Amino acid sequence: MPYSDKVMDHFSNPRNVGSLDKNSADVGTGIVGAPECGDVMKLQIQVDSEGRIVDAKFKTFGCGSAIAASSLATEWLKGRTVQEATELRNTDIANELSLPPVKIHCSVLAEDAVRAAIEDWKRKNGRAGVVAGQAEATKGA
Amino acid sequence: MAVKLPIYLDHNATTPLDARVLEAMMPYLTTDFGNAASRNHVFGWKAEAAVENAREQTAKLIGAMAKDIVFTSGATESNNLAVKGAAEMYRENGNHIITDLIEHKAVIDPCKRLEQAGFQVTWLKPDRFGRVSASQVAEAITDKTILISIMAANNEIGTLNPISEIGAAAKQRGVLFHCDATQAVGRVPIDVEAMGIDLLSLSAHKIYGPKGIGCLYVRRKGPRVRLVCQMDGGGHERGMRSGTLNVPGIVGLGAAAEICQAEMAQEASRLTALRDRLHRGIASALDYVYLNGHPTERLPNTVNLSFAYVEGEALMMKMKDVAVSSGSACTSASLEPSFVLRAIGVSDELAHSSIRFGVGRFTTADEVDYAVGQVIRGVRELRELSPLYEQAREAARSQAGA
Repeated sequence: MPYSDKVMDHFSNPRNVGSLDKNSADVGTGIVGAPECGDVMKLQIQVDSEGRIVDAKFKTFGCGSAIAASSLATEWLKGRTVQEATELRNTDIANELSLPPVKIHCSVLAEDAVRAAIEDWKRKNGRAGVVAGQAEATKGA
Repeated sequence: MAVKLPIYLDHNATTPLDARVLEAMMPYLTTDFGNAASRNHVFGWKAEAAVENAREQTAKLIGAMAKDIVFTSGATESNNLAVKGAAEMYRENGNHIITDLIEHKAVIDPCKRLEQAGFQVTWLKPDRFGRVSASQVAEAITDKTILISIMAANNEIGTLNPISEIGAAAKQRGVLFHCDATQAVGRVPIDVEAMGIDLLSLSAHKIYGPKGIGCLYVRRKGPRVRLVCQMDGGGHERGMRSGTLNVPGIVGLGAAAEICQAEMAQEASRLTALRDRLHRGIASALDYVYLNGHPTERLPNTVNLSFAYVEGEALMMKMKDVAVSSGSACTSASLEPSFVLRAIGVSDELAHSSIRFGVGRFTTADEVDYAVGQVIRGVRELRELSPLYEQAREAARSQAGA
């Protein structure tokens, strides 16, 4: 199955691979997916006192689209406010990467990972419940 | 020596046409185009002679009589004809069929269709290496059993079944034994007499012949096996498979079978060495690599490995220029990982991480070494990306520290 150039680019040169300190108060961690389903994404954000995402990192076990979707998500998150980040939708990722229908779930997973990371950060900073749902997906790293 | 890219290591999916096979086929694609059923002119006679020669060549490879060979469009058709044709023919004798969980879909789905039509099917569970034992088969036989269908070698993991023993168990109870030998024929010795096989499916494109041609061996003596045809028409192939014979394809199958007959022993030892070079090369450089399938009772060309913490499709993307296949769900539309690996007890996680390598007649040691390098690099890069590998390493570290 031929992938779009953008998927191949993110897959071959993934941006923002790595881990942030999950115990740090300014870091939110989201881990979503399950190994037995073939997809696990860990996405982390570091947020400054203004509520702006200053760094984002990911690690993903999954197919090429899953890796590309998480790489793209981290790229988009950096420099945005947490509020702006909550507006990221899986369709934005799917469209940007021209994902085929069978790979749409990879973009859904990326959106879930972003929300879970935000939720984790909010919980740590006493703002839990501001983003509805998704909290159960966060299990901590 | 620089290797030529891309490299083909997916010989269980299909094989390239051997140049000698193409050469044998050429006249029948050009000048000698006759219909083998035309009895009244030289065009027909030439075609018929070519078909009968190919029938001999094909039969010889499996220890059969030429007249026992029914040409079909390939192994899927052969399996359908064998399973459904026997079930319909012998329905009055009973309605029970024995097969196993890791057959090819071309056996599984006809059996499922028969279940819907009122047949009882026993689905034997293979062991963790993918083997079905003769005693499992023997224990499943009842007075109602009319057919046993067990493959010679599994297409995903290459595990070889104890076919002679299963054939003996079938014979002892007088039950017909169909063997889908698509992956085994031409790679390991198959003899329908010695193995007690009554029906056998094979395909030309797995043995360096053309696509779209195969055959079903149908025993004519001891016992005489009868089938209800699945294709009505002009009554070709002893009435079991109507349709104008694919003469060039049949000639190609015959030529391919003859080459296998002559070269199989030597080729098998060469392929085994290449297969093990590939396996060793990978396993000596990487941790958490698991073999799927039997360590020794396995096709000479096949090695199926799971690379923990790495998803199979992503690994295939990393090793672009090396063609392999994966049991990962991401390579199929179903989103389910390989049913074969699940049936032999491989976890879903490791099934998603599996890659099947199949070396072949034209594979070189340089190609294998190149592929090994690509796999090692790809797995390392993807593990750097993998949160599961990170967790595993952390767990290992804390255990070592404790």
